[in-house]
Amino acid sequence: MTLLRSYPSRDALDRPRSRGVDVVVFLAAAVLLGIIVRVSSGIDVPFDETSAPETVSTDPANLPYYAARSLLRMFAALGLSLLFTFVWATAAARLRRAQKVMIPILDILQSVPILGFLSVTITGFIALFPGSQLGLECASIFAIFTSQAWNMTFAFYHSLSSQPRELDEAARNLRLSRWQRFWRVDVPSGMIPLVWNGMMSFGGGWFFLVASEALSVNNHHYALPGIGSYVATATADGDLGKVFIAIAVMVVMVVGVNVLFWRPLTAWAERFRVEESEAAEAPRSLVLNLLRRSHVPVLMGKLFGWLVAPLDRLMAVFGLAEHPLRTSPARRRIGDVVFACAVVVALAYGVFRIGGYIDATAGFGEVVHALGLGLVTFGRVILLVVVATVIWVPIGVWIGLNPKVSRLAQPVVQVLASFPANFLFPIATAVLVYTGISLNWGGIVLMSLGAQWYILFNVIAGASSIPNDLREAAANLALPRALWWRSLILPAIFPSYVTGGITAAGGAWNASIVAEVVSYGSTTLVATGLGAYISQATSEGDSPRILIGVLVMSLYVVGLNRLFWRRLYELAQRRYSL
Amino acid sequence: MTTATTTLIEVDDVSKSFPGASGEDLRVLDSIDLRLQSGEIVALLGRSGSGKSTLLRIIAGLIPATTGTVRYRGSELNGANPGAALVFQSFALMPWLTVQDNVELGLTARGVAPAQRRQRALDAIDMIGLDGFESAYPKELSGGMRQRVGFARALVLEPDLLLMDEPFSALDVLTAENLRTELVNLWMGENFPTKAICIVTHNIEEAVLLADRVVVLGANPGRILAEVRIDLQRPRDRRAPAFEGLVDQLYGLLTGRETAEVVAEPVAATPITRPLPDASVGGLAGLVEIVYANGGVIGLADLADELNFEIDDLLPLVDAADMLGLVTVGDGELTLTEIGTQFTTADIQSSKKIFAYQTRGLAPLVRTICRALTGSADGTLRAGFFLDLLQRGFSADDARRQLDIAIDWGRYGELYDYDSLDDEITADPAAGIHPGAPSNARSAT
Repeated sequence: MTLLRSYPSRDALDRPRSRGVDVVVFLAAAVLLGIIVRVSSGIDVPFDETSAPETVSTDPANLPYYAARSLLRMFAALGLSLLFTFVWATAAARLRRAQKVMIPILDILQSVPILGFLSVTITGFIALFPGSQLGLECASIFAIFTSQAWNMTFAFYHSLSSQPRELDEAARNLRLSRWQRFWRVDVPSGMIPLVWNGMMSFGGGWFFLVASEALSVNNHHYALPGIGSYVATATADGDLGKVFIAIAVMVVMVVGVNVLFWRPLTAWAERFRVEESEAAEAPRSLVLNLLRRSHVPVLMGKLFGWLVAPLDRLMAVFGLAEHPLRTSPARRRIGDVVFACAVVVALAYGVFRIGGYIDATAGFGEVVHALGLGLVTFGRVILLVVVATVIWVPIGVWIGLNPKVSRLAQPVVQVLASFPANFLFPIATAVLVYTGISLNWGGIVLMSLGAQWYILFNVIAGASSIPNDLREAAANLALPRALWWRSLILPAIFPSYVTGGITAAGGAWNASIVAEVVSYGSTTLVATGLGAYISQATSEGDSPRILIGVLVMSLYVVGLNRLFWRRLYELAQRRYSL
Repeated sequence: MTTATTTLIEVDDVSKSFPGASGEDLRVLDSIDLRLQSGEIVALLGRSGSGKSTLLRIIAGLIPATTGTVRYRGSELNGANPGAALVFQSFALMPWLTVQDNVELGLTARGVAPAQRRQRALDAIDMIGLDGFESAYPKELSGGMRQRVGFARALVLEPDLLLMDEPFSALDVLTAENLRTELVNLWMGENFPTKAICIVTHNIEEAVLLADRVVVLGANPGRILAEVRIDLQRPRDRRAPAFEGLVDQLYGLLTGRETAEVVAEPVAATPITRPLPDASVGGLAGLVEIVYANGGVIGLADLADELNFEIDDLLPLVDAADMLGLVTVGDGELTLTEIGTQFTTADIQSSKKIFAYQTRGLAPLVRTICRALTGSADGTLRAGFFLDLLQRGFSADDARRQLDIAIDWGRYGELYDYDSLDDEITADPAAGIHPGAPSNARSAT
């Protein structure tokens, strides 16, 4: 009797299963499968570089198909990010020498403006799949992937390297194989950060989806069937009505993915929580409850149950999750030296080549010019962060301290944060064109459309986690308003504010590439700044300037993170963590 | 168990050092020799810092020895010990697996077929008294039940050697007693597959209750002080005179004067040769108060019993009171000194003064800080300066811990204060450590 009890999850066994639910789940799966087959059949339509479509049809009847194509891209990128995360993070956490290189690389990659690389990747992918649209498709997926992967990899790496020591010892003492250890210890212990960061990165990915579907690269315009290119075409036609329709579809899509995919996933991931106590407000999901009531968990359990043992045996070739106790220190030392030399030589050669390339093409004067433009964009980022702080901190605190309001506002703000801001650009641009405001100032607004929400929802999260005791103590002491802010609220929200600030600033830099050059109808507005510089170099296919622009922007982002945000972050961890 | 004994584990001249924060090697184990024979339960008994858990992990093949060798059945270890199963203090169960899956995990790793695996796991669950909980998750269980899962997970592998790292110390007293009894019953049973047990503990009574042999480890660096054979018949009676005699003997060994030979005299001691015991001022004052209320003399075993303390909690307080000259320790007994009496009977201000005077004179690190502050320009020094000094003899964590204790003691005695934001230690103007206290130092320039 007990034999039946081991595989399916406990909740699945608690309730009686219902045939009705099964039918619903089955139909849903069939529909999903049908859509995927139908949608993906359009992916490799023949394509030739010169005659590629520059626009897509703006007939609203096509929108569902376009939305599905976009969604497929998002999930393909998510799958790719997950694969990358598993490989990269595991290698970085388990290989001592590789870690020394892999983590800094990841840190840099996270700061590189992704959009600046589109031209390079598009050319590469088109060459990879000649005569098919698959190349463009891959380039778009790759752009989304680069916006998701780093964050997820860091989260998983962190959970691997901070794994409780006893779990590691237990795994080795039980003599698990590497494969078994990965699936039974490493992945489960990293599941919660993986799911949450995946959800946040997925939200950020929409922005890059939209930006990568309709592109002008190397004096060519490309458009992939998708909701992003739909908006781009509607904007070029100056048709605001269709832009609004697309925005509505986008909202439905963001909310739908949240309800049908991420919420069930976060609720399910709760079972991997290591801490003794359950989270105060564990995420719940109707969809998950529905799935749990169907036969799906049992069937899945059976299916994977059959697979587990053979896979375990097959993957035992990777060996035990064990490292030899006795190593020769001399050999180890020599290995370290050789490795360090190889890295230094490779790095020096790369720097030499890049320097030579810049010197031979654009010249170093161009670098100085780009640095100056960077300063202008930097000014915009500062202004944006300051203004967003002044506006959203009081509002965020108000929302966070009122449980009723925050229950309502939290999901709304989350949708706002994952809603691709570049969807709103046409409207904002139309206003700018109409009022004649310079994009030099208007660009700040465009950049802030996406970036500011990170500050808001982090402040909400910070304010709502202020312990009630402290608030009651403050009330009991009858603190005057100013002192209440200074001695309780600001210190308490500081850590989450810093997290929001880092993300907002990083997002603003990235957004500058699409926000400093905008067009509406036949009018094109250009602002002075590094973003416009990269954007123009991209559309002209001017490789040296793309390289310079991207390098300079990475330099600004990395430098600011190191000199400013990282320090604030450490201060927050040391002094103000509750 | 009269069959011929075989040697399962041979530990030969094992030392273990960890690299310290400033490059020096910090030695936690010093030339340990140990044999584990089949048919015996061996307890490794020692206070914190004696490296007993480290030794157990070296035997389990989880961490390498710096020098020396460990052999299991004659072959040298180079990876996790294939014949040993480990039971953890914190249980170390996979929270995402059910009880059944947790117990099966080790069998899965050995490639046992699913049906057979399930049956063996059920047998182990049955043996350890967990039936009915097969499909529960660890977080639904009490601490005692979780540790039963820990035992089942280890025993289902039928290991040659069962290693236990303070397995009962995270449990409440009654649960721990219950589990100990069951462990002894299993051990006495006919078909218990495990040939030897090695248990790390800081609980003297637990060692005497379970073991055939108690290996007493000394601290800083960890080394074997003594071996005591326990030849009492099982099940053992805690109130038997022989039992109490052994407990007293072990108390004597653990607090004995053996430490006095290595520890330098207070005046010559440095913060590194004589670290501050990890004791809070409140706990220290409470201990002195109890000794006073007891007429000025109390046996350590009685004290531990009365407070329901384990020696790890009690000994730092005793060491601190001893270091500050508030009590003296001899033959497992605490005796209140003259100063100790004054300290506990005076009003709070005078008692603080006594405390300040004693710590400044007798606690090496506090003394060092006071002297350095006296010699400084304005009575203020960066705490990082002292951390650097301490890291010559301690790991980064221990150095921080030492400084925290010194700051705690100095603050209570109003000798100096510490500003965590600037990371600075400042002499208290009232303590007269620095001629020009910071407030008037500014007006002087």
